[in-house]
Amino acid sequence: MGSARTNRGGSDPSTWALRHLQVALASLGRLCSAPLATLMTTAVIGIALALPTGLHVTLNHVQQLAGGWEGAATFSLFLKQEIGEKQAETLAAKLRRNPRLAKVQVIPPDLALAEFRRLSGFEGALDALDENPLPTVLVIEPEPEYSTPEAAETLMAGFNRQAEVDFTQLDLQWVRRFHAITEIARRGVLVIAALLALAVLLIVGNTIRLEIQNHRSEIEITKLIGGTDAFIRRPFLYNGLWYGLSGGILAWLLVSLALWLLNGPVEHLAGLYHSDFDLSAIGLPTLGALLTASALLGLLGSWIAVSRHLSDIEPD
Amino acid sequence: MIHFEQVTKRYPGGHEGLSNASFHIAPGELVFLTGHSGAGKSTLLRLIGLLERCTRGQVRVNGRNLGRIGRRDIPYHRREVGMIFQDHRLLHDRTVFDNVAMPLVVAGMRHQEIGRRVRAALDKVGLLNKEKARPITLSGGEQQRVGIARAVVSKPPVVLADEPTGNLDPALSQEIMDLFMQFNRVGVTLLIATHDLDLISRMGQRILTLNRGRLVRDSAAG
Repeated sequence: MGSARTNRGGSDPSTWALRHLQVALASLGRLCSAPLATLMTTAVIGIALALPTGLHVTLNHVQQLAGGWEGAATFSLFLKQEIGEKQAETLAAKLRRNPRLAKVQVIPPDLALAEFRRLSGFEGALDALDENPLPTVLVIEPEPEYSTPEAAETLMAGFNRQAEVDFTQLDLQWVRRFHAITEIARRGVLVIAALLALAVLLIVGNTIRLEIQNHRSEIEITKLIGGTDAFIRRPFLYNGLWYGLSGGILAWLLVSLALWLLNGPVEHLAGLYHSDFDLSAIGLPTLGALLTASALLGLLGSWIAVSRHLSDIEPD
Repeated sequence: MIHFEQVTKRYPGGHEGLSNASFHIAPGELVFLTGHSGAGKSTLLRLIGLLERCTRGQVRVNGRNLGRIGRRDIPYHRREVGMIFQDHRLLHDRTVFDNVAMPLVVAGMRHQEIGRRVRAALDKVGLLNKEKARPITLSGGEQQRVGIARAVVSKPPVVLADEPTGNLDPALSQEIMDLFMQFNRVGVTLLIATHDLDLISRMGQRILTLNRGRLVRDSAAG
């Protein structure tokens, strides 16, 4: 009894690659021969992909911009009561030599008391005190790159090891809140991206489903003359790949256009804040990720359509 | 080449397209299959091409038990069985050349070899000058000959034809039959379903007669 596969042909790799190339180009040619229909599908995919891409780029810009604000992480070093102004200055001078710190300011007890008196509204109570209960305080701002919660904790441990320091207070709230907000925004972008990726799958899937229906007789005849499922599937998969890829390119163009349009006003606004911030174009890694993801989404969408609908078509 | 052993095909609902049919067709034979419409001619051909599977019994083609061929291997079986249909089943958005080339393309043959073989097949059916035409611009007889060229282009050992002359006048029908005789002379096994008794009685070939799914007569050639 002979094997049914004895007459399998075209199995050597170069023939195989050539055949794939032919199918890929033929598929591209077919899409280009119906430009309006192709453009409509591409536009829907492009817009769906442009939204998460745009949000991602915006978020990156916000984080870049916020790098400057994170200086808001300030340490207050409360020195021990017995530490005099001179020793405090010596410590401050030592800390100023630390490259990780941007600014060290000494606040002597008198000044602190005066400020407290002015801001707290406890003037009467303070008058009743015989002596100034406040210690000398050093206010320290770290360099921006040491403003993350983790780096700040390390710095704080270092300060607490100094003999002169009673305790250190760190206003990390703002840093933590900001990181929490960007984390939420990042998750939000992920959720939107996931939903729109699903939309792209459905769009490609539906387009390919219609194409399969339009090629019903061709598929039947191909099955009759011994075309394998892989052979019949291939052009539809390439169609999906091209749809996804062209949608990705369109998304890139749309976001680039939006950034270009926004850059003028943003630069103007940044100028008003004496900042040289501007909207940079989409970077190569982002572009690469966008195009890879869009091509894979197109391929996956058509794969789903093909595996669902191709087996329904049997010759009669 | 084709063996049917007590083959029954029962459709959902209980109707039997073929009942307990047994016969053998030797390699290189040309056999006609006849009977009224609904007698089971198409069912029998569809079982050989694995468009359907039998409910009971065993079908063997070219030494292979079709019951053992899995879904994924059906295409490789069909490459060994050329099929010709009454309605031609041509693709009207492609040229005659491309239609005939299809079996070679799906088999992954090289480009140059495809051109050579397609032209040889078109030459055999007398349509070499129509290779760039669309099937829709051809007459019914010409379209049928394109269908025949497509069925034989990959040189399958078995060729099936379902009412190949159904829509043709007697002269054209005779031409088509002469073509089949030519293929038979080079060793192709042919099984041709037709109800054109006048035509086949003149040809002196073996005739299988079906009636309501039963094989009622097997008249030897002569």
